[in-house]
Amino acid sequence: MSALRSQIGAELSLVRRNGEQLLVTLGIPLLLLGFFGSVDILPANTDDPVDFLVPGILALAVMSTSMVSLGIATGFERSYLVLKRLAATPLGTGRLISAKTIAVACVEAIQLVLLVALGLALGWSPASANWFLAVAAVVVGTFAFAGIGLTLAGNLRGEVNLAASNGLYLVLLLLGGVLFPLDELPSFLEGVGRITPTHALADVLADALTSSGVHTGSSWLVLGAWAVVMPIVAARTFRWN
Amino acid sequence: MTAVEVANLSVCYGPLRAVDDVSFAASFGEVTAVLGPNGAGKTSTIETCEGFRPPTSGTVRVLGLDPWAQRTTLHREIGVMLQEGGVYPSARVGETVAQYCRLYDRGMSPTELVDRVGLRDRSTATWRRLSGGEKQRLCLALALAANPRVAFLDEPTSGVDVNGRDDVREIIRRLATDGCAVILATHELDEAERLADRVVLFNRGRIVANSTLANLRSTRTTVRFRSSTSLDAAALSRHIGLDVSASGDEFAIGFSSTDASMASDLVSRISVWLGSNSLPLHDLNVGGERLEDIFRMLTKGDES
Repeated sequence: MSALRSQIGAELSLVRRNGEQLLVTLGIPLLLLGFFGSVDILPANTDDPVDFLVPGILALAVMSTSMVSLGIATGFERSYLVLKRLAATPLGTGRLISAKTIAVACVEAIQLVLLVALGLALGWSPASANWFLAVAAVVVGTFAFAGIGLTLAGNLRGEVNLAASNGLYLVLLLLGGVLFPLDELPSFLEGVGRITPTHALADVLADALTSSGVHTGSSWLVLGAWAVVMPIVAARTFRWN
Repeated sequence: MTAVEVANLSVCYGPLRAVDDVSFAASFGEVTAVLGPNGAGKTSTIETCEGFRPPTSGTVRVLGLDPWAQRTTLHREIGVMLQEGGVYPSARVGETVAQYCRLYDRGMSPTELVDRVGLRDRSTATWRRLSGGEKQRLCLALALAANPRVAFLDEPTSGVDVNGRDDVREIIRRLATDGCAVILATHELDEAERLADRVVLFNRGRIVANSTLANLRSTRTTVRFRSSTSLDAAALSRHIGLDVSASGDEFAIGFSSTDASMASDLVSRISVWLGSNSLPLHDLNVGGERLEDIFRMLTKGDES
């Protein structure tokens, strides 16, 4: 227990010190929600753009933390031989992954509180929200994105992983239907967008938080598939050094 | 129980056989120096002992445990110092040592450990701000956090200044005195000579010497002298029938014998040959071989 607590402390300390990653995980989602929630320039298909934006930006925040931030930090830990050194301690893989998971969950909790607070300040009213379903979606989404992030981190050099993670973040931001509805995209891109984990998470979050009544079964399937397949791919291909 | 026991170990990477059927042992309370040129198989062997990779064939036991199959248990008892890196650049010295002390939970005080490796004044510095020598000291502290029964130390004094080296050597010596089995991988032959009780010398994946330092020295004799840089070492070698190594105006001739009459005969033949070639003879010395000479002879043609 002491080893796990120690590693959780080290992981959180690392997150705190990596200012550029905090910018991605906290700053960008807040900025996007604040800006696009205040100026009505997006084709949101809803009366108030903030009703469309909050679930999408929450999905974006989960992607930032569990894919980009976790993946980049782990990739550099691998390059700096931090993982190799830890592998020679009694910590063990299980507790290392648990510590990283708990650190990610802590950051996500802070993100979600800040984003929901900003959404409420911008006029969002989740009166009939199913928070239990929303949290379940965030957990499944976290597994999916962490699997993608760790797959990149475990196979690419630190700098290449940095570029790849940020590039993928941008692609998924644009194709995931986070800032504008997917039907605004050309049809072939719309098809690609619908199978991205970002769109799937944004879709199920929108249903959970607004009780939109939209049938989200296929999005749950897509999200679930990503959440099962990618952690397996990460576990099978991850190279510790 | 022997601390480390390696029997007929081979490690292959695809078609490359990095370690080829090596066997050696290391005991508690001793410093075992693992030496050899780059690519000789030292790191592959040590990493197999540390549980980082499985052997291709052969057996390895550390504290009686299989390092690959029982690594979680083993890692509670061993200290590891990697050749480089191992710490996140933004991590602070004091916090990192404290983190590792908590990982092992063996009652080591982080403050004492930081003091012991001479980093008290750098406790709040981040890894990226440390000099090369300070980084080595921190890595040594992390290995000591385990209060280890076996310590694998890879190049512990690399980049450390002269005074710092003495401190690090003192720490290593104390570890062994306290009963720890220290496996020291180094390119610094002088360091091995000062610290090692036993030497395991690798070359091209095989062990070419495995003995106590005293034994290695006692089986060979070296005649050293200084002369002119114009001395033709190849011609002298042909004349006496032994290899002559030259470094500037210093020459050394080693041979496998401790027979005093053979040394005396050799000295006389060298003196006559130098005289007949009008070459000077200075600082003549006959004695046991230095580790450096043994290393050169046994790894001929390979760079250290």
